[in-house]
Amino acid sequence: MELLLVLILGLLYAAGVYLILRRSMVKLLLGIILWGNGANILIFVLGKITKGSPPVIDGAYKVFQDVYADPIPQALILTAIVISFGLTSFAIVLLKRVYALVDSDDLDDLNTPEEEDI
Amino acid sequence: MKSAILQTATRYLLPILLLFSFFLLLRGHYYPGGGFVGGLVASIAFVLHSFANGTENTMKILRYKPLSLIPIGLAISAVSVTFPLLLGFPPMTGLWFEEPIPVIGMIGSALFFDLGVYLVVIGVVLTILFTIALND
Amino acid sequence: MLFTVLTGLITSSLLVPFGKIIKTKWSILLPFIPVILFLFYLWHVPVIANGTNVIQHLAWVPSLGVNFDFRLDGLSLLFALLITGIGTAIFFYGRSYLKGHVYFDRFFAYLLLFMSAMLGVVLANNILTLFVFWELTSISSFFLIGFNNDSKESRNSALTALSITGLGGFFLLAGLVLAGNIADTFIISELFAQHDKIVNHPLYPLIVGLVFIGAFTKSAQFPFHFWLPGAMKAPTPVSAYLHSATMVKAGIYLLARLTPALGSTELWNTTLMIVGGFTMVYAAIHSLFRTDLKGVLAYSTISALGILTFLLGIGSNEAIIAASVFILVHALYKATLFMVTGIIDHETHTRDLTKLSGLRKVLMPVFIAALLAALSSAGLPYTFGFIGKDLIYEATLHYQENWALWLTALAVITNIGLVAAGFMAGIKPFTGRLPSEFEQVHLPYKSMWIPPLILATLGLVFGIFPGIVGDYFNHQTANAIAGQETGMHLKIWHGFNTVLILSLATLAAGTVVYLLNKPSRAKLAAIERFNKISPQHIISNIANGITRFSSVYTNAIHDGYLRSYHLKIILFAELLLAYKLWLGGPIQIDFENLTPLSWYEVGIVAILIGALYIIVTTKSRLTSVVSTSVIGYCICLLFVFYSAPDLAMTQFTIDTLTTVLFVLVLYKLPPFINFVRQGILIRDAIVALGFGVIISLIALRVLYEPNTTAISDFYGENAYLLAKGKNVVNVILVDFRGMDTMFETVVLSIAALGVYSLIKLRLKSSEKE
Repeated sequence: MELLLVLILGLLYAAGVYLILRRSMVKLLLGIILWGNGANILIFVLGKITKGSPPVIDGAYKVFQDVYADPIPQALILTAIVISFGLTSFAIVLLKRVYALVDSDDLDDLNTPEEEDI
Repeated sequence: MKSAILQTATRYLLPILLLFSFFLLLRGHYYPGGGFVGGLVASIAFVLHSFANGTENTMKILRYKPLSLIPIGLAISAVSVTFPLLLGFPPMTGLWFEEPIPVIGMIGSALFFDLGVYLVVIGVVLTILFTIALND
Repeated sequence: MLFTVLTGLITSSLLVPFGKIIKTKWSILLPFIPVILFLFYLWHVPVIANGTNVIQHLAWVPSLGVNFDFRLDGLSLLFALLITGIGTAIFFYGRSYLKGHVYFDRFFAYLLLFMSAMLGVVLANNILTLFVFWELTSISSFFLIGFNNDSKESRNSALTALSITGLGGFFLLAGLVLAGNIADTFIISELFAQHDKIVNHPLYPLIVGLVFIGAFTKSAQFPFHFWLPGAMKAPTPVSAYLHSATMVKAGIYLLARLTPALGSTELWNTTLMIVGGFTMVYAAIHSLFRTDLKGVLAYSTISALGILTFLLGIGSNEAIIAASVFILVHALYKATLFMVTGIIDHETHTRDLTKLSGLRKVLMPVFIAALLAALSSAGLPYTFGFIGKDLIYEATLHYQENWALWLTALAVITNIGLVAAGFMAGIKPFTGRLPSEFEQVHLPYKSMWIPPLILATLGLVFGIFPGIVGDYFNHQTANAIAGQETGMHLKIWHGFNTVLILSLATLAAGTVVYLLNKPSRAKLAAIERFNKISPQHIISNIANGITRFSSVYTNAIHDGYLRSYHLKIILFAELLLAYKLWLGGPIQIDFENLTPLSWYEVGIVAILIGALYIIVTTKSRLTSVVSTSVIGYCICLLFVFYSAPDLAMTQFTIDTLTTVLFVLVLYKLPPFINFVRQGILIRDAIVALGFGVIISLIALRVLYEPNTTAISDFYGENAYLLAKGKNVVNVILVDFRGMDTMFETVVLSIAALGVYSLIKLRLKSSEKE
């Protein structure tokens, strides 16, 4: 499974790069989101994936009795997911504003803003 | 998306989802869940309601601007971080009530911290979504 | 001592909020800052005269050896007195000179900053502190020289001065750090004890070269001298301050300060003598061809600095005594002459020597000051300058037999030039017939002509009673430079000997030159023909070349297209990472320990890859957004399979919300545009796949590196014992790393506020409709 995950994260990164190199602002944003997902999986894979044993201590005990998934990557990814939501929402709204101003989704149109728009 | 079915459904779904989100928050220390997830679920509940009934009506239920939840949540977290200082411990020391409380379990400063996170998340998500929705 | 440095810095920053107030009559408070500091150092004179050094130590960055170490000895004291004393005169003078100027407050803020920086330089006993203050003088003098910021010439001069002195500072730092590393101490006074160790080190020539570049740029020695005449664009009080006692003397101070640590070698002395000797003669001759009063003074200043360098190069006790006296001599008469020039400029609005004459009739007290200064500069007996000149000749005459004559000849030529230059600046404008256009000229405020008069009178007083200076602190200056007892004792009369004859001959010759040499435009034009081969021309050509190169480079790299920036950044990252991967050798995959696959996992992966393909190829906006959320849900499922329930829940909710957001915003936007040619698409696809492959390889490499799980184990074991929680992920978030979570919520709040204000903010008038 690790190899598949490695393949997926590579594809996510590749698709992200490809979209970031496009002219459309929406594609740029989607590319960034894909990168974020790729990074999450990268962290997840590096933390040694484990099946069926979440890092939750069994109710009757005070310490783990068995192997458990590494909690640190999970904490990191959880934070990353939430933060990337903040980033995405800000970017989406920024995009909306830019669209309202220049009436275009084309990044190249941002190069020569008209005086009155600034 | 004005659909009678959805409107009726959300009338019941909203309290249930809110209850569920609170449940996720409270048990977060022992089982999967916690402030982030709880807050997100609660936000989804409101978003669903706003889809069915219009954002204005949801705002009426909320009574206060979601933006005001952010400082409240931050304040609760900050107090739970600094409260141990008053008792002479370093900040962020976990403090717990001696006896477990029925249903919820142990209550400690970490729960208040999570409550702050919960409120901030609701405030942030709803602020973002509602300002966009109301502005169109 | 720290407080004397801080006073100026703090007052300087206070002038930002209180600038308006200081422009009113409260400006009278400003000159009292240097007065207080001057009295403080005057109070130290008896202590230093005994030969004790005052030392102050304050930790700043102790781990790097950077500390506020201050040390007051004879050399520092002389300079501190000059900085604060001449500073007092300049503050009184400048307050009247710039009365009513728009940037009055700014001017004094810069001046205070500069004064503090200079005090820092001369007091610092730590290499790095010295460097910090050294650069601060460059920066503050940049503001002072470019003070008339609406004039292009003024800005250019400021930039030239900053680039030359700033560049020098850079070399100086390198040299000082090298020396400090060899001696294993950054304390300057401790370097003295390591003299032999440094001098015999193979890197010694490099250190000396670097330090010399620093000192020569600052002290305007050939070939770095040209920034100084340019700096005359500054308001005259600035020129008077910078070029008499402070800025340019910092280089001399540095050479003097480091003489006990680096000096007394053939390399050190010969270089200083050659550079100083050449500069002094070159500038002395140059000064005679100027028609601008300030130009004359600028070149005579360079020449005087050359003399000081030259004297430090000779390095005998007599030469060092001569240098320590000449520093004071020069500061007194040059500050006076500059201030007189300022008065003339202020009242007649011209500095052209060909026009000025007869001003003694309208500016009598100013003439007295100018005359005294000019005579001191000429070295007339009973002026302080006479003693200075005597000492210089004594030093050159007592040099090694076969060279003494040549050195003396150089000194005589220089001094003849300086005599004439001094007369040109101090006497020429006041003698002769008063032209009608200057008849209305009247005396300026008292605070403008009294300071130069006092300084000029001091030159006379010190000349008659040299013991005041010599016995109290100047002999300690010489001792500090030489690093040993020099036995200095200043006398007014040395007897009838060769030195006296030389002195009188210089005076006579200088007077003759002055009378014969009438400054004229033709002569100036003649000498300006050599500009093409001047160092200034060459260096500015180099600078222009660099500017041109950088603009070509910038135009090539910065084409203004975001995607092209992305492409360059990503390609660079790919190359770097690929190289690093290649260095690491082949990757081994351990197929034994892989987690087994199940059919539903393969199914999810297949869906994910399909969704990715759709995003990349689709032309519909909605399809791509939906595919993105499909990818999110697939990842969410993967989290479920691999024991991350918290992640799965978070990913699920966030994914839902992001999709809602996209839909809310995006349904208004037009469909995707597609202009791109096939070739570019293929190129981007290759770059993208390359990046993906590299990241995957990195993941594989890390996957099979042995890693420790000590931290995870700690959290796992102590989640309940320490934090009373059983969901370890949540415990990490709210307890072990609670502070991080706290700030994460703050970041989220900022994002929400950003969104809120972006939406509410009306950017364009048409949007209101």
